[in-house]
Amino acid sequence: MMNGTMNGFLLSILIWLPILGAIGVMMAGAQRPELAKGLALLISAGTFLLGLPLFFAFDTSTAAMQFVELRPWIETFNIQYYLGIDGFSAPLILLTMFFGVLVVIAGWRSIEKNVNQYMAAFLVMEGLMIGVFSALDGLLFYVFFEAMLIPMFLVIGIWGGPRRVYATIKFFLYTFLGSVFMLIGLIYLYIQSGTWDILAWHQLPLAFTVQKWLFLGFLAAFAVKIPMFPVHTWLPDAHVEAPTGGSVILAAIMLKIGGYGFIRFSLPITPDASAALDWLVIGLSLIAVVYIGFVALAQQDMKKLIAYSSISHMGFVTLGLFIAFSIYRNTGGVSGAALGVEGAMVQMVSHGFISGALFLTVGVLYDRVHSRMIKDYGGVANTMPWFALFAVFFLMANSGLPGTSGFVGEFMVILSAFQANFWFAFLAALTLILGAAYSLWLAKRVIFGAVANHKVQNLQDINSREALLLGTLAVAILLVGLWPQPLVDMMQASVDHLLQHIIQSKVL
Amino acid sequence: MNGAQMLLAAPEFWVLVMACTIMIVDLFLREQRRGIIHMLAMVTVIFAAIITLRGDYLVDGVQSVTAFKGSFIRDPMGDVLKVFSFVIMALIFTYSKFYLRTFKMFRADFFTLSLFALLGVMLLISANSMLMIYLGLELISLSVYALVAFDRDSGRGSEAAMKYFVLGSMASGILLFGMSMIYGATGSLILPDIAGAIRLQGTDDILLIFGLVFVVVGIAFKFGVVPFHMWIPDVYEGAPPAVTLFISSVPKLAAFAMAYRFLSSGLGDLHVHWQGMLATLAVLSIILGNLAAIMQTNIKRMLAYSTISHMGFVMLGLIPGTAFGFGASMYYVIVYGLMSVAAFGMVILLSARGVEAENLEDFKGLNQRNPFYAAIMGLVLFSMAGVPPMVGFLAKLMVLKAVIDAGLMWLAVIAVVFAVIGAFYYLRVIKYMYFDEAEDETTITAPVDFGAALTLNGIMILGLGIFSSSLITICMASFGL
Repeated sequence: MMNGTMNGFLLSILIWLPILGAIGVMMAGAQRPELAKGLALLISAGTFLLGLPLFFAFDTSTAAMQFVELRPWIETFNIQYYLGIDGFSAPLILLTMFFGVLVVIAGWRSIEKNVNQYMAAFLVMEGLMIGVFSALDGLLFYVFFEAMLIPMFLVIGIWGGPRRVYATIKFFLYTFLGSVFMLIGLIYLYIQSGTWDILAWHQLPLAFTVQKWLFLGFLAAFAVKIPMFPVHTWLPDAHVEAPTGGSVILAAIMLKIGGYGFIRFSLPITPDASAALDWLVIGLSLIAVVYIGFVALAQQDMKKLIAYSSISHMGFVTLGLFIAFSIYRNTGGVSGAALGVEGAMVQMVSHGFISGALFLTVGVLYDRVHSRMIKDYGGVANTMPWFALFAVFFLMANSGLPGTSGFVGEFMVILSAFQANFWFAFLAALTLILGAAYSLWLAKRVIFGAVANHKVQNLQDINSREALLLGTLAVAILLVGLWPQPLVDMMQASVDHLLQHIIQSKVL
Repeated sequence: MNGAQMLLAAPEFWVLVMACTIMIVDLFLREQRRGIIHMLAMVTVIFAAIITLRGDYLVDGVQSVTAFKGSFIRDPMGDVLKVFSFVIMALIFTYSKFYLRTFKMFRADFFTLSLFALLGVMLLISANSMLMIYLGLELISLSVYALVAFDRDSGRGSEAAMKYFVLGSMASGILLFGMSMIYGATGSLILPDIAGAIRLQGTDDILLIFGLVFVVVGIAFKFGVVPFHMWIPDVYEGAPPAVTLFISSVPKLAAFAMAYRFLSSGLGDLHVHWQGMLATLAVLSIILGNLAAIMQTNIKRMLAYSTISHMGFVMLGLIPGTAFGFGASMYYVIVYGLMSVAAFGMVILLSARGVEAENLEDFKGLNQRNPFYAAIMGLVLFSMAGVPPMVGFLAKLMVLKAVIDAGLMWLAVIAVVFAVIGAFYYLRVIKYMYFDEAEDETTITAPVDFGAALTLNGIMILGLGIFSSSLITICMASFGL
């Protein structure tokens, strides 16, 4: 369903428009913040509008790559500029473009220093993240994957909180260390196959031991990124110190890159190793869901609480992806596993909306009171009724209230987990209790009750800009919660294709 | 000797003639007209590049041509290295002009000595006999000893020059000793003849192996890899930045050429023996260079240890002894040269007000003082750390590929782990530039040509990373790939 020649360049436009636009925003200079902001909004909104064909012209009947672009990049090395999307990447790119606009609006008032650089950093990040999701060449993927760290490093370091330097260097080095092991794996795959084409790697037969090492290499990169227990410790620090926009992008998009990596690399390239080591990932996922859930319960800092809640929710993603093998062993079919993988994908999109919304919510309070500590609040509902409405709704969604998107993904994964192992499902289902506990307790302490102090007494309710942000996200959460069908349809063919692929051994 | 052979060495002759010309012209110049010297030096390197590029000495199927009874070789690899030496040299002259003027040291000696050192680099790159290698090496070394002590009122400069001289002479002696053994074992000074002799008589000659060890030591000293690195931090710190610019870049290109010619053209059959030696040197350099750099507070010393670790990476590419590996090393060394001059160019820029910038703290708040130069320094640092899309990443990638190709996975793992550890100290400079408040609020300004050169340098580092195909192809083509 390729209509017109523009689709042949669409992904490139979506990647490079924000990146090149960022140069323009930079040149607006620190003295003209209004111009920089306007330009950034124009570019991000333009990118979003241009990117809509990814949804409307997307052919849901095929698992093949669409909007493909292929041209040589480094010939001696057979590296190609190879872009394309399937049912896994399209929703995540749409999510990225959506948040690309939101963070520009979110930073409108709260950023005062070097506004042009702030906006430019987010535009560059947007372009690079779209690149990550659409790269089909292993090295191109790696370039986007790593380059993305630079703007995020600067965003946390320049506009972050008091311990920003510690947090941002920890973030950078953690992710960098994880990904260099993947790089060695990628080079090894290139030497074995003579190509960097990820889709060709999917078909490449590999000995089991090789697969195991490659799997661990990928795991090092993606487990840090998503992040999984026990390499999650950078995330709370990064979130706490990052400015609101940084937290939003980090939670809403960057974590998804870890999940996407499992889908694009680990599962299809090393299916046998994934099947053999699925206990490892499932075990760590369940620890994340339960243990990190408890950790979230104990937090004093709102952002930290949401960060831990993110880790716990991302546990569902890895769980949903890796129970496929047990289900196949139990039932001999993949139809049950499809539910798990789809659930993982829905969970990624949904968590993008919800965590983004929650960080924006905290950002609204932080902009007014300059504290993220739960104890500094109480009874916010009395002075900010509209804000309280949104905040409670988002927290409900975070705890998996039916009707919100948070419910759909978790429910699909839990349902699917029953076919793998009762205890997987049981432990995963604990999140419904834990999630509700930490989310609603947070609501109780911050939103409800008597007005805690004079700062809360003097709070102004959200303005129209903030209402627009939170309202848009609320609508998105409800939309996915009540009518997830278009989203599921989008990925169905790709999920089936992936599952058919991974149950076949490719051991040499 | 016929004219055609002379023509092969035309770039060398040109640089020699110009270096002498500048020396003489300076005698007749008044103080205010000294600028001419700089212009002459620039003309020298630019024309040298043109002459080198226009040399159509290769007929079909011939990979290289030798001259002067086989002592001198002209081949595509040498040409590429020379052209990049000229490019880097042009940047160095532009950066150092600003420095020399600021510190009132603008004298023709700097340019003459630099050009003689450049001539040494060119000879070393084109050396095809042990004699020529030694000549080139000594020409570089002697010019650089003098350059390090160029600021004659600086005690540290003199001390550094002295240290460098003593250690350098020692290394030259060791190299000569090794050469004499190899000569004794094979009966020739010409590298391909040595290779032929080794092929005939086998590799298990104890004299030959001993000679090899000493030669590797000489090469290692030139690269400055651990444990022959002691001179690097002191010399980098003691020498005026204008000279450090040179030491840290162009001679490394020559060192690569020397290693390649010696180890591959001459002693290629001893690969099993030198492989292990180079692997040890490379691993030690990468480990020590990165760890020691973390502890530095002086920017020049930090960059010195960073050089040591980068040279470890260059060595990594040599280890497999494959054409791809040599190509990767060559690419790495060229890229490193470009990054290094940019970094020291920034150090010079920060010294703009007559106080030499030395400490990492001097980078504090650079983003406020001049966001543009801060961004360029950012590019350089991320490139050195090996973060894509900067060119430093591709250089590391190619070297790693060569190593993994040779089945040396453990080397690749050590290299990447320490590259990540090394990323920390580059990030720390970024931290100073971007995350800290400036103590000194004055804006930073530089002359137009300096700014243009630094911008060009920054664009190269980013541009060669994104539009990377051409330089990689050129480097690989030099080794027939």
